[in-house]
Amino acid sequence: MSIEWIEPVLASTTSIGVVYLLGSLGEIYAERSGVLNLGLEGIMAIGAAISFIITIAWGHALAFLVASVFGMLMGFLLAFFTVSLRLNQIAVGLAITMLGSGLSGFIAFPTTRKTILQFLNPELPSTALEIQSAPMLPSVPLPFLKEIPIVGPMFFNHNIAVYIALMLAPMMWFLLFRTSIGLKIRSVGENPGMADALGINVFRIRYFTCMLSGVFSALAGAYLMLGFQPFWIEGMTGGRGFITLSLIILSTWSPLRAIFGSLLFGGIEVLQYRLQLFGLGATSPQFVLMLPYAIAVITLSLLSLESFRKRISAPAALAKPYYREE
Amino acid sequence: MEDEDLSVTPLVELNGIVKRFPNVVANDRVNFSLMPGEVHALLGENAAGKTTLMNILYGLYQPDDGEIYVKGKRVRIRSPADSIKLGIGMVHQSFRLIPVHTVWENVVLGLTEAGFILNKKKLTEIVKRVCEEYGWNIDPNARVWQLSVGERQQVELLKLLIRNAEVLILDEPTSVLTPQETRSLFKAIRIMAKKGKGIIFITHKLEEVFEVSDRVTVMRKGRVVATKLTNEVTAEELANLMIGRPVLFKLERPEVKKGGVVLETKGLKAMGDRGVLALDGVNLQVHSGEIVGIAGVAGNGQEELIEVLAGLRRADGGKVFIDGEDVTNKGVGHLIGKGVAYIPPESTRWALIRDMRLVENIALKLYRSKNFSGRLTINWRKLFEFSKKLVEEYGIAAHGPSTLAGTLSGGNLQRVVLARELSATLDGKVPKLILAAYPTKGLDVAATEFVQGLLLKYRSMGSAIIFLSEDLEEIMMLSDRIAVISRGRIVGEFSPREKTVEEVGMMMVKGSMA
Repeated sequence: MSIEWIEPVLASTTSIGVVYLLGSLGEIYAERSGVLNLGLEGIMAIGAAISFIITIAWGHALAFLVASVFGMLMGFLLAFFTVSLRLNQIAVGLAITMLGSGLSGFIAFPTTRKTILQFLNPELPSTALEIQSAPMLPSVPLPFLKEIPIVGPMFFNHNIAVYIALMLAPMMWFLLFRTSIGLKIRSVGENPGMADALGINVFRIRYFTCMLSGVFSALAGAYLMLGFQPFWIEGMTGGRGFITLSLIILSTWSPLRAIFGSLLFGGIEVLQYRLQLFGLGATSPQFVLMLPYAIAVITLSLLSLESFRKRISAPAALAKPYYREE
Repeated sequence: MEDEDLSVTPLVELNGIVKRFPNVVANDRVNFSLMPGEVHALLGENAAGKTTLMNILYGLYQPDDGEIYVKGKRVRIRSPADSIKLGIGMVHQSFRLIPVHTVWENVVLGLTEAGFILNKKKLTEIVKRVCEEYGWNIDPNARVWQLSVGERQQVELLKLLIRNAEVLILDEPTSVLTPQETRSLFKAIRIMAKKGKGIIFITHKLEEVFEVSDRVTVMRKGRVVATKLTNEVTAEELANLMIGRPVLFKLERPEVKKGGVVLETKGLKAMGDRGVLALDGVNLQVHSGEIVGIAGVAGNGQEELIEVLAGLRRADGGKVFIDGEDVTNKGVGHLIGKGVAYIPPESTRWALIRDMRLVENIALKLYRSKNFSGRLTINWRKLFEFSKKLVEEYGIAAHGPSTLAGTLSGGNLQRVVLARELSATLDGKVPKLILAAYPTKGLDVAATEFVQGLLLKYRSMGSAIIFLSEDLEEIMMLSDRIAVISRGRIVGEFSPREKTVEEVGMMMVKGSMA
């Protein structure tokens, strides 16, 4: 097979990888502070639906902004139930996923969507009210850099959201590992009781990380809609939120390693389409689709060994509600 | 406090501190003071109220009465964060560190002076500098789980020293250390004192009081019984103050002829929970019709011994024989089959399921018996009848066997445990070996007498009994033979008539001194 085949595969690997990357950046923060945001899939769906509508009404920039506001609200909801009411994080997360899928389907449903669009922007032409696709983010190839073989098409021939996401990852890593707020977040996820005794507000930290995770989940959905696949289909997130959750385990809760994890999982997804195209995976595309989960299961089994956990520092208090003893 | 120089304000002064818990007064009008540059030992047995008092000073508990002065100013300490602000720090017995984080991250956590962006280079240098001052050798970039126990303790101290704590409370700091680590800790404590810091050193080991402290306060049963300058007091005086004068009351003890050896241990070794050797070659024999009381200062291996004998803790060396059969590490089920009854410490918490009915709690052991269960099913009717008899026999204040265990009081729960362990044996016979860990702890007088009477009754019926108690007088009264345990070894065995309570107390404490 020739090189012409490789470069588009790598380019789409990055395109789809960014969905995973955005989702994981926020989720890593939530999990590092001890809250499992299992609602990622649902918040992503809401992000996609909202950005779809707002783009048509007001344009791209506001679409991302409004989607993140809704993501933040969903994150607040998650924090309220899991941090304040101390409900089971798995149950709350699944509920949020169901709420998100239902709500996104509802607001993007043709008749509801039409009403919302008319309300948001009465000047819209009638074709815009019926349209099933949103204008995609324009591609902004970076001069010179995009000429580099392999790396050029992979990283430097994309839309602005891809560049921002790729830059956010190291910034989020720095915030988590090199600042006092990051240290507080990680400590709260390891031993909330101890952090509390040192004067750290466990509840405030967890609310913050939950809302951050909500914002990033919604951004992942918005990017999916505007930067990768600009046609609205109900359920378009297609389990990518759950794949993100397993990706985080593989990336061992590090925003930097999440870049590689996202690209790997993005690559698997693209490869699966490609193999079908060549008729290779046609017989069993399920096998390739299974790979992300198989990798996650293996990582999880390794994590159950305490010696391994210590080395890669999975948050010890993950999914454990914090009760302040009086 | 005539001994004190009045021109210096004490770092800390506690006046008339009272702390009540349900059923017990943990601190009863306690006075305590700490001068700058002083190492003040707080000596007392377990449950004497030392840790409670210090938790009040550290802000974990609120006192019910009394005043706290820090450097002459009256304060209220509502939380550990408050006490840190006042320059008070505490190193607990279980460390409050995050194992997966590095040393410097643990030290810096919650330190506002560190700023938003953490300057790793600067912070590791500060950590290194403080380490040098105290002769410690810790790599600031090491992760805490890679460090030894002694080094982890140094990290705890580092946390306090970097926050400029002037009062350092150390809660039994040597209990987890090796002798070398202990020496290095004492050296560091002396350096801290020289810098004008005040150190409160909680301990129940006499030799440590003499090794490191300037002044000693002895507590017993929630009260301060004495505060003395260390160089003006002898070990004997301190031991007497700590253990207290006995109030003996008579108990009917029928003569029982001692039978053959039921339990024998040879060179028994086992690790404690913290990975330190808790049993270091225990040789013990218990005969049928005999009560052997294990006396020892808390934490010297008595609980580990009972756990190994009950099959709950692995023996890492040596052998256990029951009736001549080697049962070392044979597992709980096998031991129950051999007729071992086990009354665990805090039995109302560990021996019962509170959400289950009494009959179910009793069935937890009896379901193994052929008399009560067939191949697949349990004969509940028979069990119910049997439990009903037990409820009457043991005077359990419950409507009947279908009462939920959790609704009963502590004393009644203890009766349920005893009923199951002593009467509900698989073969319907008297238990061969009874392991009773603190069976009277927390019980009122009537329940205590009932339990003691029961142990004596089973002694007459031929059981071999091992008995633990925190109350030395009770051990003296109930035992046919006393074995003193210290640092995981039996350091003396004798009949209670041969020695006075003071002598045994001395042996318990001095044993740890050897």
